[in-house]
Amino acid sequence: MKKTSKVVEYNKWGYIFLIPFTVVYAIFQLIPLISTIYNSFFENFRSGLKQIGPNFIGFANYAKILSDGDLWKYMGNTMIMWIIGFVPQILVSLLLAAWFTDPSLRLKCQQFFKTVIYLPNLIMASAFAMLFFTLFADSGPVNSILIQMGILEKPFSFMSSVTATRCLVGLMNFLMWFGNTTILLMAGMMGIDQSLFEAAEVDGATAGQIFRKVTLPLLRPILVYVMITSLIGGLQMFDVPQILTNGSGDPARSTLTMIMWLNKHLYSKNFGMGGALSVLLFLVTGVLSIAVFKMTGTNTDK
Amino acid sequence: MEKKENGASVHVRRVIAYIVLILLSFLCLVWFYILFVNATRSHQELTRGFRAYPSTHAFENWFNLMHSSQPVVTGLVNSLVIAALSAFLCTYFSTMTAYAIHAYRFKLRKFAYTFILAVMMIPTQVTALGFIQLMTKMHLMDSFIPLVIPSIAAPATFFYMKQYMDSVLSISLVEAARIDGSGEFHTFNSIVLPLMKPAVAVQAIFTFVASWNNYFTPALILHDDNKKTLPILIAQLRGADFLKFDMGQVYMMIAFSIFPVIIVYLVLSRNIVGGVTLGGVKE
Amino acid sequence: MKKKLLSTLLASTMVAGMLAGCGSSSDSAAPAATQAPAAATEAATEAPAAATEAATEAATEAPAADEGKVLNIQCWNEEFINRLTDHYPGYEANDASDPTKGGKIGDVEVKFTITPSDDNAYQNNLDTILPENANASADDKVDIFLMEADYALKYVNSDVTMNLADLGIDADKDLGDQFQYTKDIVTDATGNLKGASWQACSAGLIYNRAAAKEVLGSDDPADVQEAVKDWDTFNATAAKLKEKGYTITSSVNDTYRVYSNNVSAPWVQDGKVVIDDNIKKWADDSKALLDAGETNNYELWSDDWNKGFYPDGKVFCYFGPAWLINFSMAPDQDGSIAKDGGWGFCVGPQSFYWGGTWIAAAAGTDNPTLVKDVILTMTTDQDVLKEIVEKDYDCVNSKSLLTSLAADDSFGLPVLGGQNPYGELEKGAENVDMSNISDYDQGCNEEFQTAMKGFFDGNYKTYDDAVAAFNKAIVEKYPELTTD
Repeated sequence: MKKTSKVVEYNKWGYIFLIPFTVVYAIFQLIPLISTIYNSFFENFRSGLKQIGPNFIGFANYAKILSDGDLWKYMGNTMIMWIIGFVPQILVSLLLAAWFTDPSLRLKCQQFFKTVIYLPNLIMASAFAMLFFTLFADSGPVNSILIQMGILEKPFSFMSSVTATRCLVGLMNFLMWFGNTTILLMAGMMGIDQSLFEAAEVDGATAGQIFRKVTLPLLRPILVYVMITSLIGGLQMFDVPQILTNGSGDPARSTLTMIMWLNKHLYSKNFGMGGALSVLLFLVTGVLSIAVFKMTGTNTDK
Repeated sequence: MEKKENGASVHVRRVIAYIVLILLSFLCLVWFYILFVNATRSHQELTRGFRAYPSTHAFENWFNLMHSSQPVVTGLVNSLVIAALSAFLCTYFSTMTAYAIHAYRFKLRKFAYTFILAVMMIPTQVTALGFIQLMTKMHLMDSFIPLVIPSIAAPATFFYMKQYMDSVLSISLVEAARIDGSGEFHTFNSIVLPLMKPAVAVQAIFTFVASWNNYFTPALILHDDNKKTLPILIAQLRGADFLKFDMGQVYMMIAFSIFPVIIVYLVLSRNIVGGVTLGGVKE
Repeated sequence: MKKKLLSTLLASTMVAGMLAGCGSSSDSAAPAATQAPAAATEAATEAPAAATEAATEAATEAPAADEGKVLNIQCWNEEFINRLTDHYPGYEANDASDPTKGGKIGDVEVKFTITPSDDNAYQNNLDTILPENANASADDKVDIFLMEADYALKYVNSDVTMNLADLGIDADKDLGDQFQYTKDIVTDATGNLKGASWQACSAGLIYNRAAAKEVLGSDDPADVQEAVKDWDTFNATAAKLKEKGYTITSSVNDTYRVYSNNVSAPWVQDGKVVIDDNIKKWADDSKALLDAGETNNYELWSDDWNKGFYPDGKVFCYFGPAWLINFSMAPDQDGSIAKDGGWGFCVGPQSFYWGGTWIAAAAGTDNPTLVKDVILTMTTDQDVLKEIVEKDYDCVNSKSLLTSLAADDSFGLPVLGGQNPYGELEKGAENVDMSNISDYDQGCNEEFQTAMKGFFDGNYKTYDDAVAAFNKAIVEKYPELTTD
């Protein structure tokens, strides 16, 4: 009797420790989320100094967004740029993490390489994008170098080419995140019981086999974590293309991400459309996250 | 025989690994080298094409930057304050939240856990609209509070902490403390937190970096020049108006927002990267 | 401190004297203020120098007694701050090395708030604070804000901006010497004038003299004008320039303002966006020039655009006003065309203007008298304007002053090899017609150029695709508008 009551008493601390999270979440996330959803059913915008609305218009905002096809286009842009960055990111990170944690390789200067590859992650995304903007300008250093090396005859206009601009965004995302991912994966790999590797080695497994059969499956939780956070981060892609293209998403709106689009609505204080777009983004993020969660889950279940 | 073959293949793999690592390192560093070189060149030199060696105008560009209308020093301080506070609040309270779920068996535990995992998917941007409206009503525009306090509720950090806690913190440890008469809050601070140090270090860095990098929310909240963070100032620089000024100064400003971080990072890198990798080695 | 005390003392006596002299009742302080410079001159004849200074201060100080203690000025850069600091009689900067820290006019504290215009931040800021201005506390009330032409109508056509007539400024009498286009830009739908500018940024074609000699056989402004007198001739000249390796302009964006200043109807008519023929002509002409390799598609102010400031850039001409000539074409860089005085100036295919800052009074100001004086002094006082020309090379908004400058050889500009452009600039300013502006010009112009860049680069296959993208962007920006 006495013991149970004591446990119950302890367990009330569960609630107490949850208070800060709950209160802050309610104020700064939940209320805003609800009011965002509420806003999405209204025509409510400011034009200069004139305030239009709020007038209740039901699902008209949603209908407008979904009917003109822009959402899909910008979602496509976002995903393309995410994939350009993420695929090399996860591959390179897995490779590097395997190398770094492989005791038989005994790589020297590990500390140096880790330091270097993690470095871009600390760089402010906006400063990094601004830097790339100046470096890849028509008369910027990159063109200048390529011309001096005789690779180009006249400057290549990176910012006018859809592919080049998207690849630049992808490259920046890759550079900023592969070091981070490497270190996360390393942490995961080093958490694996070394005796498993030793056993596999004794059984005559090659490095590649060990990686596929032992490391990858055991890495699943951390891989799921990396993928989900990266996907959510990818869907929220904003800073890099925003600064690189000065918010225009040029060339021809091919680098306009969903959040940049949302930002445009927020800047023109179109709360109705912005709200509807936010809700749709919310749904899209949710669906994609669940999909990835399920996919990675079932894949390794067997 | 077999041993020799194995040795050779390890050798080949090692060479490949070094080549790839050197290429990647080059890819990571070359931009900053160009930035460094260009920040030392005058506008006029810059318009004449790239040279791989530094020039002599660094001080001049620095002087121009410090006397320009861009409040870069204040921006740096603002960024630092916001990022440091966020990192502290985020890790401390996320650990606390994780601990609540991990150590106690209360009625709403399962619901709370699922709820937090579910809301992890909600990007902050989708609530931005309601967020600005609320902050305007609460008269918190142009204040650091909306940028710092929300980091207390960070589902992603919570998730990481929970994962880590599952592997390092056994309930028996907590129970032992209870028998010693330690209060719950005290147990958390003096036993759980130190145990979580590696994870806290990793997440503190991530949160610091995320907040340091953040442009979206601060740009919506901060309008007063003296409150602006560095990313906002950089974004302003991207506006065409500033490009007519001298490019040497533009490079210097980018350098200003990048190099202090690089230097701090290099000084601390042993601890940072070491700490981050340590995160996995538990026992 | 002592000096300050003395001047305040002198000040009060002077004010008393002037008030007595004016003899009128309620708004007597206002004329006293505006006559400050004149009063100062009079005073100088009978008082020592110190008194002169005091008199000026006194005049401006007078209204402070029953009005706000703080003059809040909203601006997006330091231009006006410098003009006010340098030229407004009696202005004392708090920190001589940093004018943005504000200063004092008599007892009134002058505070500047700079919000850069990037990302529309400046206007967003105004949009937030101006409608609330009446409720703001006395020291926070915005008194003066500055506007650019591209969006001036938005404020002019709303009641956040004070009618100048309500301040006691007579558009015809007080501002009679100003160019009509500078008034068109700040005249609301019912004909009220709501702002004034000290600048008349009429602009023209700035050509590379060496290139003109090489290709056209002469660098005389009249001859060059003949070769660029209308768009067809201009485009034909572009072909000739190309043979010698020159591009006619550095970028298609150079000519945009020229076309867009000469539209036959506003961008927005009855809530609908209409692309004017002259705007479409810009797109067509530009595409043709680009396809022929006769110009480029750089962003204005970009490094690449700047290249033509040096002989190696091989650019025939830029379009711009006096400030571009004087400040922006690298006149202090060795080897630049500007440094060697290698530019010439002529009117070009069509008249246009570029830039200019308008001073407006915010409704709800608690310093109306001082605001009135600032507007009148900065935009009409001949001495101040002449100082501005001499020190800052602004092309000022005064017909009579420009006429006299045009006749004065000492005002030849070194960048132009000694050519005096003021005559052309004045002619240009007379010809600029801004009656077709709308509240939406800024957004429409920006978005149109952005969309067309996609077309020029081949990222939009046809002009119509680009227009569709333009329409989309406009509705994002201005949800209340419709498009085709």
